[in-house]
Amino acid sequence: MLRKLLLVGALALGAAHSALAADKVDPKAEFKAFRDYFVGRFPKVPLDDFVNGPYSMDAGLRKQWKAIEEFPPYDFAVDKGKEMFAKPFANGKTYGDCFPDKGVGIRQNYPYFDAKSGQVITLELALNQCREANGEKPLDYVKDDMAALTAYMAFTSRGKRFDIKISDDPRALAAYRKGEEYFYTRRGQLNFSCASCHVQSAGNHIRTEVLAPALGIMAAMPIYRSEWGSMGTISRRLVTCNSQVRAAPLKPQDELYRDVEYFLTYMGNGLPVSGPGARP
Amino acid sequence: MASTIRVRAVAGADTTEVQSLIQHPMDSGFVKDSAGQLIPPHHIEVVQFEHGGKTVFTALWGPAVSKDPYLKFSFKGAKKGDDLKVSWVDNKGASDSLVAKIQ
Repeated sequence: MLRKLLLVGALALGAAHSALAADKVDPKAEFKAFRDYFVGRFPKVPLDDFVNGPYSMDAGLRKQWKAIEEFPPYDFAVDKGKEMFAKPFANGKTYGDCFPDKGVGIRQNYPYFDAKSGQVITLELALNQCREANGEKPLDYVKDDMAALTAYMAFTSRGKRFDIKISDDPRALAAYRKGEEYFYTRRGQLNFSCASCHVQSAGNHIRTEVLAPALGIMAAMPIYRSEWGSMGTISRRLVTCNSQVRAAPLKPQDELYRDVEYFLTYMGNGLPVSGPGARP
Repeated sequence: MASTIRVRAVAGADTTEVQSLIQHPMDSGFVKDSAGQLIPPHHIEVVQFEHGGKTVFTALWGPAVSKDPYLKFSFKGAKKGDDLKVSWVDNKGASDSLVAKIQ
């Protein structure tokens, strides 16, 4: 089904989304189709290298990136995140108390579907829920402190393989499907879907930039983007993706954004965490 | 607060290669904020690297240098295990310094 969808997309005929909803949700089959598409299209790229986004597609960029990684610009954020993580809240508890394994090496398990609240819980949301449960004000989702915290958490999880679970809970399947639909739906003045760039045109240039493949695209988050001159979270990435196609972005950590993250991260299951990343 | 300076100096056969990254906003004074107000200039003016009591590298920086600047140079006469002192001063008088061991 997904492959058919990709093919339709590739032919630029526009996907028939009304037909989607009627299909049975089968994440496993879609996962395979999604991976097969990228592996088939980029046979020379080793599977684990997809997490390095544009650097897996362009030798020149890769060379620059190797030099950047010797002295990574996200280093300051990791240090800051580590400090914040260790510093107790006013009530004496720390971030670690909110997470399994004290929050170390767990990035690969996020986002997950929480059966109790019936929604997708991302790492960013979980961090703010942790703050609020301990009487602290929530952080801005897009950068600075939130990026530092997630950078540290990703750093401690490097190399661990994504293991996102989609249970048989119909609500989990519905969230997955909503995220998938959002990913493939065209929007904005430019009438692009997420997939227009990151599936159909992955590896191609958009002006001077090389478009990252959607496979493993969540693995390097959060990222230091030279274009931003600062760190950005998954929320920031999704919001700017929307505004770049001149669509009205949703609020950071909107339910739909979390569903997209759920869908995309699931598609990258088995790939290693490479975040925090540095991108042009 | 962790140091604003990251430095790595590696002694080679003839020269020592130094790389450093300094965390600083480097506001040029020409940029406006979202309210239309000029962001006052705030940038590093002098960066110095000292080895064995001698200054081996000085950089005079101004508004044209980017945020969180990266610097790379090499010099002669140092060996593994020596101290390398890095310091900077900005236009508001703030400063930071760090002593690193040459690897």
